[in-house]
Amino acid sequence: MPPSIISEVWHPAAAPDVVRFRAELLARLRGYFTQQGVMEVDTPALSPATITDPHLHSFSLDTATGRRYLHTSPEFPMKRLLAAGSGDIYQICKVFRADEAGRFHNPEFTLLEWYRLGFDQYALMDDVDALLFVILHEIKDLQQSVRMSYRDAFVQHAGLDPLTASLQDCESCARDRGVTISGELDYDQWLDLILTHVVARAFTDHAFTFIYDYPPSQAALATVRNDASPVAERFEVFWGRMEIANGFHELTDAQEQRRRFEAELNQREVLGLPPVPMDHKLLAALQAGLPDCSGVALGVDRLLMLALGVDDIREVLGFPWGIA
Amino acid sequence: MASYSTNEFRGGLKVMIDGDPYNIVENEFVKPGKGQAFNRVKLRNLKSGRVVDRTFKSGDSVEAADVMDTDMQYLYSDGEFWHFMVPDTFEQHAASETAVGDAAKWLKDQDMCQVTLYNGEPLSVTPPNFVELKITQTDPGVRGDTATGGTKPATLETGAIVKVPLFIEEGEVLKIDTRTGEYVSRVKE
Repeated sequence: MPPSIISEVWHPAAAPDVVRFRAELLARLRGYFTQQGVMEVDTPALSPATITDPHLHSFSLDTATGRRYLHTSPEFPMKRLLAAGSGDIYQICKVFRADEAGRFHNPEFTLLEWYRLGFDQYALMDDVDALLFVILHEIKDLQQSVRMSYRDAFVQHAGLDPLTASLQDCESCARDRGVTISGELDYDQWLDLILTHVVARAFTDHAFTFIYDYPPSQAALATVRNDASPVAERFEVFWGRMEIANGFHELTDAQEQRRRFEAELNQREVLGLPPVPMDHKLLAALQAGLPDCSGVALGVDRLLMLALGVDDIREVLGFPWGIA
Repeated sequence: MASYSTNEFRGGLKVMIDGDPYNIVENEFVKPGKGQAFNRVKLRNLKSGRVVDRTFKSGDSVEAADVMDTDMQYLYSDGEFWHFMVPDTFEQHAASETAVGDAAKWLKDQDMCQVTLYNGEPLSVTPPNFVELKITQTDPGVRGDTATGGTKPATLETGAIVKVPLFIEEGEVLKIDTRTGEYVSRVKE
C-alpha cells in the first residue's frame, strides 16, 4: 500500500513527558497506600448488574452468558471485599461512562478508589488532603485546603440556602446570575445547575475546596445524618470548578440501600431511560454486614491535569476517545 | 422536523431557539460529581447577530434550523433587493437590505459570496474574505509624508471608504480584507 493511503492519526495525544509523568504519579499513589497499609485490589470491570443512578449511563455488551455492564466505578465489588473482611483497600482502574465527553470528561478514564475502616467523612477528607499534598508537590504555592458545608458554599457564593430554597428561589438565583436554562428542572437539577454554573465557579484555583454534608436527596450511597435538617455525609473535592473526588461515609443499611436502588429505578422509568439490573450481590453483602467505613473515588486524569497545569483532559490521555 | 441531541452539539451546528435560527459558537459539557449533566452553549442569533448563553440538560434535543450556506454569484441590486444566483442551477434569490447588511459595501457584480438561506430565504450574506475594488475618488498624497506611515481615505467603486497609504492614487485597484475592512495591497493590472 502506498504510504499516502494511510492518513490515520496514530500518535498519542499526550506528550512523551506527560506519559512518563502519569507512570510517576501512579507510582506515588501506590507508594502512599503501601505506606498507609492499604491493600491494592482488583475487581471485575464487567458485571451482570450495574449502578441504578439515572445520571450515570453504563456501556453494556451482550455475552454468551447474558448482558454485562462495564463498571462506572469499582464500588460494589470493593464493598463485597470489605464485607468479607478485607480491611482497608484501594484500586486504580479504568471505568466507563457513556455520553460523558468534554474538556474535563472522557468516556473511559482512570479512577482511584479507596476505603478506610472506621473513618467518618471528616477523617477521610483529612486522608484525601494528606494524599494530595504528598502526591502533588509539583504545584507551587499549594495553599491550605478550604472546607465548607454544601449549605455554606451555596449561601456564600450564590446567596441561596439549598436546604430550604423553593424552586422559584433557585430559578431567580440562576437568572440573576445570567444563567438561562432550556426546559424544566426539578429541585436537585436546579441545585446541580447552580453548583456547576455559579457556586463552583467561585472556588479558588490555588487550593482544594472540600464541600461536605450534601442534601439528603443527593445522598447517593452515603449515610444520612439525622440532624434538625438531615444531611448526607457525602463530600466532593474541587480544584477551581473542576471536581476531582467524591466521597461517602458509606451507607451500611441493606434495606435503605434497596429502597434507594428502587427509587432510582422508578426515576429511570419516569425519565424514559432503559431499566438496569440492580446489584443483589451488593445488597447481600450489606445484609451480611459492611463494616463502618468511608470511601472516595478520585479522577486520576484530572489529578494529572492540575499537576501539569493543563485545562483539557485530552492533553493527559495517551489516546482520548476521538483517536482511541 | 429534524432535531439534534446535546451529544451532537458542536461549533457550527444550526438550531432553533424560541423561534429564531441560531449558530452554535461554543459547547461545553458540564457535570457535577454526581447528578444532572448540562451542555453550556454559546449561540449566535443568525437574524440579529447577538450572542447568548444557554444551558441545556444533557440528553435533551433541540430542533434543527433549516439553514444552509450556499455559494452564489452576486448579480445586481435594484435598490430594494440584492439579487444572487446559484451558478450550477441558475436558481436566483433576492436578499433584502437587512439580510445583506454590511456586505453591501463590498459586493461587485459577478463576485462569488456565501448566502445563508433560512427556510429557503436569504438570511445573511457573507462577502468573499478578499475583494478587488477600484478607487473612484481619493485626494493626491502629499509628497514626503510616506515615511510617516500616514493614511488617507479612499472611496471605492462600491461606495465603501477605506484608509489607504498616501502613495495610492485614484483609478488604482486595491485588494481589501472584508473581515477587517482594511487595505491589503495594490493589484497590478
